Amino acid sequence: MILQHIADGILSGAIVSLGAIGLSFTMKLLRFANFSHSELLTWGAYSALVFLAFFLSFGGFLDGTIGPFSFGPALLLAMLCSCAATSVIAILLHRFVFDRLSRAAGQMTMVFASFGVALILRHLVQLIWGSDPIYYSNELQFAVLLPGNVRVMPDQVFLLVLTMFVVAALHLFMTRSRTGIAMRGVSENPDLARVSGINVDRIITCVWIIGASGAALGGVLYGTTVQLRPELGFGLILPLFAAAILGGAGSLYGAVLGGLIVGLSENLSVMIIPTTYKPAVPFLLIVAILYFRPQGIFGERSR
Amino acid sequence: MIGVVSYLVFFLILSLTFGVAVLGLNLQWGFTGLFNAGVAGFIAIGAYTMAILTGPSRDAVFGGFELPFVVGLAGAMIASGIGALFVGLATLKLRHEYLAVATFGIAVTIQLVCLNWEYLTGGTLGLIGIPNPTKAWAEGPLIQNSLYLAIVAIVVGLTIAALELIVKSPWGRMLKAIREDEVAAASLGKSPERVRLEAFVLGCMIMGLSGALYVSFIGYVSPWDFLPILTFQIWTMLIVGGSANNRGALLGALIVWGVWTMSGFVLSRVVPSEIQARGGAMQAVLIGLILVVTLLIRPRGLIGEELQVSRHARS
Repeated sequence: MILQHIADGILSGAIVSLGAIGLSFTMKLLRFANFSHSELLTWGAYSALVFLAFFLSFGGFLDGTIGPFSFGPALLLAMLCSCAATSVIAILLHRFVFDRLSRAAGQMTMVFASFGVALILRHLVQLIWGSDPIYYSNELQFAVLLPGNVRVMPDQVFLLVLTMFVVAALHLFMTRSRTGIAMRGVSENPDLARVSGINVDRIITCVWIIGASGAALGGVLYGTTVQLRPELGFGLILPLFAAAILGGAGSLYGAVLGGLIVGLSENLSVMIIPTTYKPAVPFLLIVAILYFRPQGIFGERSR
Repeated sequence: MIGVVSYLVFFLILSLTFGVAVLGLNLQWGFTGLFNAGVAGFIAIGAYTMAILTGPSRDAVFGGFELPFVVGLAGAMIASGIGALFVGLATLKLRHEYLAVATFGIAVTIQLVCLNWEYLTGGTLGLIGIPNPTKAWAEGPLIQNSLYLAIVAIVVGLTIAALELIVKSPWGRMLKAIREDEVAAASLGKSPERVRLEAFVLGCMIMGLSGALYVSFIGYVSPWDFLPILTFQIWTMLIVGGSANNRGALLGALIVWGVWTMSGFVLSRVVPSEIQARGGAMQAVLIGLILVVTLLIRPRGLIGEELQVSRHARS
């Protein structure tokens, strides 16, 4: 039983990790807590639905499933398009709301604005697609029995592998590419980065693209392994913040590890507290980490 | 005609009730700079305390003491204040955005408790039959509601008078000093932590009062009334009206609640009934737009803070 909870925890933690990467980066670079970040997961999941219908309309090899999975090439293509679409949404929000406010007012004004943006984004989804749960596919899937009597769906294995692949790719990007190194520079000290000739605005756009794509992937994977609901992202606000704060703002590995810790503690908590109180677990983690190590596991103490 | 008047009375009762919560938030954010994103949670504590203290007794659920209305109001304030004291001790060390995240989490947790602790809160069904004192004073809903409006207006008047007194007192000047520059205030021998905690507890007590007024008027309390969207609505009221100004806080409550109910009315007429649920989503989108647009074009709100200059500095 405990092994099953651990497996479930790692799987739900992987989704939280994908979402928390962007939240953690924007918290560090733009210095504000973006309450609307989780809505990007919702938009990622639902925009993939549109692209999926588009690709399925071509039929042929797109319309089918790969191996044991519930989805086929169409969903993989839709997932990529959804990353692009979600990035466009994030960049537009930055241009027209967050960037203007960061110049005109303070960081707290940006937090209020993110409340408003979250309300708009979440209810637009409800307005367009309705409140009923939606599924990408009606394919039935059979759980695979792993040693230790642990059941996982093939889709969940895909989710885990994709998350590991994304984190590895981001690691290479942050350490090897010029843009990635510049990004770390901006997050350390934006003024110094600017005088060193780094185009800070371009770097910030990059951060939004990475964050929004991570959120879109998280949303689509949530949609494949659970279901699509307008409150999909809203229910993840606290887990995402818990993961970002646990790991330390701005840290890639922190966000990933934070996500896993959140997923594991949520799923293991049901062994000691009633399941109905599970959503409070991320909050307890937030309070605990802010009390004992406010800079997070991998964060540096701010000066 | 009577229909319009009774609707106006109904509208004023609710918007002034929310206005009380906005006044509490204004003390925290407007005057002290505390980012409380858990407003709905403290309103809920007040609401449930009122229901437990004044409601009828029932089987298998705690409370139902049938105490008088005024005792319920006082109890609601005390309960929210005690809740705020614990929350404040745990979180007020945090600055700004972390405080926002932590208080947001508290509100989510309080709502979960309301939803699941059936012995105390009646669970998903909530608590019904909360008495409205005006029912005993007069016949007919219009007169009863007018009397309740008078009660709410008196509470609002007293709250504003008390807040104005507090803000103009030396303690109130200290709040602003801490909001503007904590280090400078501390260097003058003030204790920012203590003052912040006091302002937080006081603000949350006012939110509890608002919850109590709400429950007594509506007659029942349900966990679904205290979702995070309530927090966002209260914040929008404060931002639209103008923070650090009590009249602005009240004006914001009237305008935002006005837009909310009017848009609801229009949508219920225009939108076909089979997609009514989506009309509710429209309302929420509208509130979000109002918040974002206000921040972009008039960040200080309709009537923002009045500049205060020391009388020694005036020429």
